[in-house]
Amino acid sequence: MKPGHGDVLLAEGDPEVAEDEERLIEEFRRQLDQGLWAAVPTADEGHRQAVMVRDFSEVPRDAERVVFYPPAAGG
Amino acid sequence: MTGAALIWAGVIVGGLGAIAFGPELVSALRRPRGSRRREVHSPAWDPGRELRAERKARELLRSVVSAEDFDAYEQLGFLSVGGAPRATGELNGYAYLVYPHRPIVAYDTATGEPLNEYCVSFRDSSEPALGERLPAADDVLAKWMALHGRERELIATANMHVPGRQVDPGQVRRDLVRLREWRAARSRAAA
Repeated sequence: MKPGHGDVLLAEGDPEVAEDEERLIEEFRRQLDQGLWAAVPTADEGHRQAVMVRDFSEVPRDAERVVFYPPAAGG
Repeated sequence: MTGAALIWAGVIVGGLGAIAFGPELVSALRRPRGSRRREVHSPAWDPGRELRAERKARELLRSVVSAEDFDAYEQLGFLSVGGAPRATGELNGYAYLVYPHRPIVAYDTATGEPLNEYCVSFRDSSEPALGERLPAADDVLAKWMALHGRERELIATANMHVPGRQVDPGQVRRDLVRLREWRAARSRAAA
């Protein structure tokens, strides 16, 4: 999520494919290194939630996407 | 006479030039050599770009939150997020009103009374030319995700105030009535 843009696709791939997974991990780390927060939207029988993740290993294998956004700061 | 007039004209024009452009010349000369050609010019304000960004942000919001939350944002301009349930699974009796680019307002779900305001922002300074504010729907989604995934951390980060600091408590009460009526109408329509 970015000012003036909305969401921007950073990387996509199948984590079951080693080459894709490596690229996804690299991008994941790059975003977290920049200080962004990462959330995985989930849906359970129509109930929507978001799980915050700090490491790629915490991303559920069946996750459709990870949303990165700026960290919260006191306003 | 002509020569003297020309010299005076030159002095006057030079003086006016120094007054008009002097400060800019001095600051240009003071700037480090390498930086003279590296000025960043902000792109002109583009309402169309902001509108496109907001439309995109709404699509992302629609794909993440429930249909009810998305419709609430579209039709009421805010949405409500329940507080984390207790370990026993019971509801905690409070929820949050999430407005774009305004404080999160905690309220008592039984009485509809505002409890606190949490001032929090999600600023991105990676492209200063485009500003730091996320599109409105992205700001709402950021709050929604943080409240679901990191409620305590978010609340601990926010600046907490008593109700009324930035959001009129009267408006909060009216918004809660609107939300209740809107939910009731939605349930009737679905039945």
